[in-house]
Amino acid sequence: MPNLLAEGGRQLLLGNEAISRGLIEAGAGFASTYPGTPSSEVGNILEKISGEAGLYFEFSTNEKVAMEVSAAAASSGVRSFVFMKHVGLNVAADPMMTLAYAGVKGGMLIMSADDPSCHSSQNEQDNRYYSTLALIPMVEPSTPQEAKDMVKVAYEISEKLELPVLFRTTTRVNHARGVVEFGSKAVPKIKGHFDKDVSRFVNIPAYAKNNRTRLLDLNAKAQQLSEESPLNFIEGSGDVGIITSGVSYTYVREFISDASILKLGFTNPLPEKKIADFIKGKKFVIVAEELEPFLEDQVFRICAQNNLSVPVYGKRSGHLPRAWEYSPDTLKGIRELVKVTDFTQPLPAVTVKLPSRPPTLCAGCPHRGMFAAAKKAAGNSDVIYCSDIGCYTLGVQPPFQAADFIICMGGGAGAAGGFAQSTEQTAIAFMGDSTFFHAGIPPIINALFNNHKEVIVVLDNRTTAMTGHQPNPGTGRDFGGITTEPIDILSLVKGVGVKFAKEVDPYDVKAATQVMKEAIAFDGLAVVISKCPCPLELKKQKQLVIRECTVDQDKCTKCYNCVRSIACPALIKKDGIITMDPTQCIGCGMCANVCPVDAIEVRK
Amino acid sequence: MKYTVQIVGVGGQGVLLASMVLGNAAMNIGYKVAMSEVHGMAQRGGSVLSTLRFGDDVISPLEAAGSADLIMGFEPAETCRNLPLANRDSVILMNLDPVLPSMVAAGFEEYPDIEDLKKAVSDVNPNLFVIDATKIAIEAGKAVAANAVMIGAVAAIKGFPIPKDKLLEALIEQVPEKFRDLNVKAFEMGYNSL
Repeated sequence: MPNLLAEGGRQLLLGNEAISRGLIEAGAGFASTYPGTPSSEVGNILEKISGEAGLYFEFSTNEKVAMEVSAAAASSGVRSFVFMKHVGLNVAADPMMTLAYAGVKGGMLIMSADDPSCHSSQNEQDNRYYSTLALIPMVEPSTPQEAKDMVKVAYEISEKLELPVLFRTTTRVNHARGVVEFGSKAVPKIKGHFDKDVSRFVNIPAYAKNNRTRLLDLNAKAQQLSEESPLNFIEGSGDVGIITSGVSYTYVREFISDASILKLGFTNPLPEKKIADFIKGKKFVIVAEELEPFLEDQVFRICAQNNLSVPVYGKRSGHLPRAWEYSPDTLKGIRELVKVTDFTQPLPAVTVKLPSRPPTLCAGCPHRGMFAAAKKAAGNSDVIYCSDIGCYTLGVQPPFQAADFIICMGGGAGAAGGFAQSTEQTAIAFMGDSTFFHAGIPPIINALFNNHKEVIVVLDNRTTAMTGHQPNPGTGRDFGGITTEPIDILSLVKGVGVKFAKEVDPYDVKAATQVMKEAIAFDGLAVVISKCPCPLELKKQKQLVIRECTVDQDKCTKCYNCVRSIACPALIKKDGIITMDPTQCIGCGMCANVCPVDAIEVRK
Repeated sequence: MKYTVQIVGVGGQGVLLASMVLGNAAMNIGYKVAMSEVHGMAQRGGSVLSTLRFGDDVISPLEAAGSADLIMGFEPAETCRNLPLANRDSVILMNLDPVLPSMVAAGFEEYPDIEDLKKAVSDVNPNLFVIDATKIAIEAGKAVAANAVMIGAVAAIKGFPIPKDKLLEALIEQVPEKFRDLNVKAFEMGYNSL
């Protein structure tokens, strides 16, 4: 682990580590998040170091609340940092839109970590448009070093304008690693004072109307800052121009040799005059950016407004793709226009048939037991499995195939109500414990309120697992000098009036199956809570008790019920014989539970 | 000088640690370093790829297909899957100990014969080095030290730009104190096996 609180020097840092260091150097006093890849490591780092660094940090229950707590801190004069993955900003968009009208007093950065190519996401939306939608300034780093340095610069922009700044990154910035030179640390200001000003902070129509024009005036000022900003600079010379930003800059910079580059780091508002001056006299201009033609379309407009008839190539001309992340190979698309490095001919793909290796639920993952129970209980009936965002998304794979509909956090339970009402099919929704607190409670209340007959299964594995094991309201918090009690999901569900609410142990697949049968038969909303800690989290906490499962070959009838229903990676079927991989088996006993002839023994 | 290593394997094999060791060693001798890692969902037993680039003037965290100088393959099927990252002149280091994908373990898919995988590589590339890294690590004391074995083997590859002592130094920096001896032993065994 790098030492992010070092006094100086240089270290090999992940983009997210560099950003965390940037907060220390900028004296940020308040940070909040809901974890989401590719932003998650920042939260894990702040969980560890915020106490020592002297800044306040919290995992908020969802991105909207994270935005609101950070907005309040910044409105009180404390530099705040709210961060999330791109789709998280959809959740937080409501407060963000009006926060822009109110503005802030201390600097506030909103990090949106976008995920081109959907490495760990359900879509690859381009959140740069949020900066133009909300009319807030935006910066985009290209490398870990820039990411660290830009934090400080972005706070200065935010404070000059009294506006939150969108700090937009992508996977290849957050998860890139590079040598980062440290600057000096700042002493964070963690307490401010909220000076009341209803004309700014209370956006009733009369005030909102005026704040709208105030915001437009601030954008004119922001544009001036962008014109003068050292974050926007020109490298090289020549009559061919390339305008680029983010990680795309690194590909252009390293693999194209005969063009002048306008590198944009301050990307909303754009430095329109600087761009027009750059284009003037060029033979043509290429815009190289990932995802949507955000810069490119504005470049077309800038050309039109400045009577520049210079051709602009990029996505609209079909030279560069709009889908998926860029790489050096992407530049082949503009080879006819500029000198791109001649890449060596790759070896062909092998002809040997390779087994697929999709991400999969871990050995001993309690979700396996609950999926097996749900499938068994449902039998041959026509069930729509509505799933959600988390490890259980992996339940889409065989043998479970327990995901027919996934859209967003909390979306499965909401949709299940709609399916229950609009079809004759049975609707079963899965969600995790963190998802329950994030966006899972309103659909439960909705189902009660509107009498939707659906089953909601809360897969409570006592952690936010997929993003790297962050605490959530169901676990309570214990870091940064603050300790809170866990919030009990069963009591909460019963408290709102759910009549069928039961907890099950997913390792006891047979008992869980029985409860699922009752839940499906129940005339109304049924909530089943599958309660069992994530073995990976237990391992991290050094609390995992490993037992060992063994197969008694004399008893085994080769029915393969174990691999068909649990499909644990520790179960190996070779030449028709089932054995256990002792390096993977944790002895949870799920396979033993489903074995009809007790051929699997769990040993201490 | 520019040099690209593509480190491929399966989540949990120590691909990220190996890339940290190589990256830090490169930084310590004054090279510029640009790396890219896979985190998140793919780590759950899926294929992982870590790109490490170092040299006098590197900034891009990714490399073009075919341009790897070295493929450091922690797992045979994954090495073969990523062969198009390499070219005829690349060096390919392949650990021969397989990690069975879940669908193979459950008997739904077949794992290819290791000899076929070796042949698939050597048919198109003359610079294949194979190693039983996991077996060597077990011999050294623990299977988890397989990444130290692999790093040791890299140190033995002729023309690899980072000297052996710098790699070992970076490895010692990265591993917990109590596993230091195990890792040093595994590193040396990897070095001597090539």
